[in-house]
Amino acid sequence: MSLLQQAFEAGKFGVTAEMAPPKGYDFSVQMEDAEYLRGRVHGVNVTDMQSACIKASSLGLCIKLKQAGIEPILQMTGRDRSRIAIIGEYLTAASFGIDTTLALTGDHTVVGDCKDSKPVFDLDSCGILKLLSDMEASGKDCGGNDLEGGAPKFYKGASVTPVYEPMVLQINKLKKKVDCGAMYVQTQGIFELEPLKRFMDAVDKANIKVHVMAGIIPLKAAGMAKYMNASVPGIDVPEYQIKRLTDAAAEGKEKGIKGLPGKVGIEMAAELIQKIKEEKICDGIHLMTIGAEKNIPTILDMAGVNINA
Amino acid sequence: MIITQKKPIEELMAMLEGTTRVGLIGCGNCATACQTGGEKDLAEMKEYLEAHGKQVVGTAIPDECCQKLLVKKEVKVFKDSGAEAIVCMACGDGAQTVAANLKLPVYPSNNTMFLGQVERVGVFNEACRMCGDCVVGSTGGICPITQCAKSLVNGPCGGQKDGKCEVNPDNDCAWIKIYNRLVELGQEDKILEVRPDKGYGAFSYPRKISLKEEK
Repeated sequence: MSLLQQAFEAGKFGVTAEMAPPKGYDFSVQMEDAEYLRGRVHGVNVTDMQSACIKASSLGLCIKLKQAGIEPILQMTGRDRSRIAIIGEYLTAASFGIDTTLALTGDHTVVGDCKDSKPVFDLDSCGILKLLSDMEASGKDCGGNDLEGGAPKFYKGASVTPVYEPMVLQINKLKKKVDCGAMYVQTQGIFELEPLKRFMDAVDKANIKVHVMAGIIPLKAAGMAKYMNASVPGIDVPEYQIKRLTDAAAEGKEKGIKGLPGKVGIEMAAELIQKIKEEKICDGIHLMTIGAEKNIPTILDMAGVNINA
Repeated sequence: MIITQKKPIEELMAMLEGTTRVGLIGCGNCATACQTGGEKDLAEMKEYLEAHGKQVVGTAIPDECCQKLLVKKEVKVFKDSGAEAIVCMACGDGAQTVAANLKLPVYPSNNTMFLGQVERVGVFNEACRMCGDCVVGSTGGICPITQCAKSLVNGPCGGQKDGKCEVNPDNDCAWIKIYNRLVELGQEDKILEVRPDKGYGAFSYPRKISLKEEK
């Protein structure tokens, strides 16, 4: 059974992280980084050509992680695949023992690095979840044909954007995702408790039963925060946090210490995780470290999160 | 209306290389409205071609260039004209209708862009992608297949910023528009309906509809 599913069923605080496959065919850096996550998380999301930029496939790195004994979460978007290809990926994944997935619609090709590619979008996030649920229920593929040995079972997840106006649209979409089979959701990066609390209230009010994992993006610098505020939908880094990063940069310059803003970013992430866990605001966290996976053990230690406790 | 745009003239001239005697055919309907194949456009094309060594031996503007029988009648003007090729200034459908009625090469002067609404003279918006399974009854009269860059049928992605689409920030998020419209109509419950993703089984083209055969 999926490690993340086991954690939630045992009432534990779920912890996932995220990695991107290389833009190339040498996976050694990813495999080295993955070692920081061994025994520290319930699953590692492997992104599926995030931002529509060409990389090695999610399935490829998932297989490598699985073979190395690290639990992968197969991210699946509908941007580049028809429903036929999606089923093919899932059957292959299952044959390697991969049993946790996250379904996404996918960023449009026009925001990516090969804008001429045809966006497929045969299925959206709800469609992918429903395809899996229907397959599990019937033992048949999307054409109604029997699958040899029955259908594989996946612990299915989705994403959600808590900072969104009008919020009711995200809540409605979330309800649909759950109706289609999502058991857990990872949120877009959040930086403060209040917006997360507001979102959780809305989830409760709508009577949506799903495990919510708060998305955590440790900030590396004020510039990164400003860029994300301006360009990334659903991201809202508060001004006082940007100031902390700016002050840390100034202090580092004055004292000749490198990497102070990154350290502050790690502290802020750990503080937030600690509060989320202590105040039981949601069921877990999803760490998006954007290539800085080596910081994850530190962040979790500072936050007092130990999945083996 | 079928929205057309003029091809770069160099592209047309390349198609006409080696051809001297040319017939021009436009369209009295869509291409006239798009200013790509009406009377004025044919006159301008004639002038251009003649200034560039071509001889325009005949012109025709059928009321609709996609009507096979109508076009068959109209192209008679080219029959004994000595035309070596026809420049069709209608849509892609029109060009093919002309080609089906003449044993001459037909060269399109336009690109066929989309099925569009006329906002005002010369301004066209794409609103329907002719998907064959109209959903606007449950989406407040706004088509998500066309207005959402990802053609999402179950609500928005997380990609809007300040109500604008991540794919083209000039466009409003279709699902926010749909939601606002449904609220206005007192139909916001409709946004909760889970819609199965569109099936493409009946989409192998070319398609044909015959009312006679359906009876």
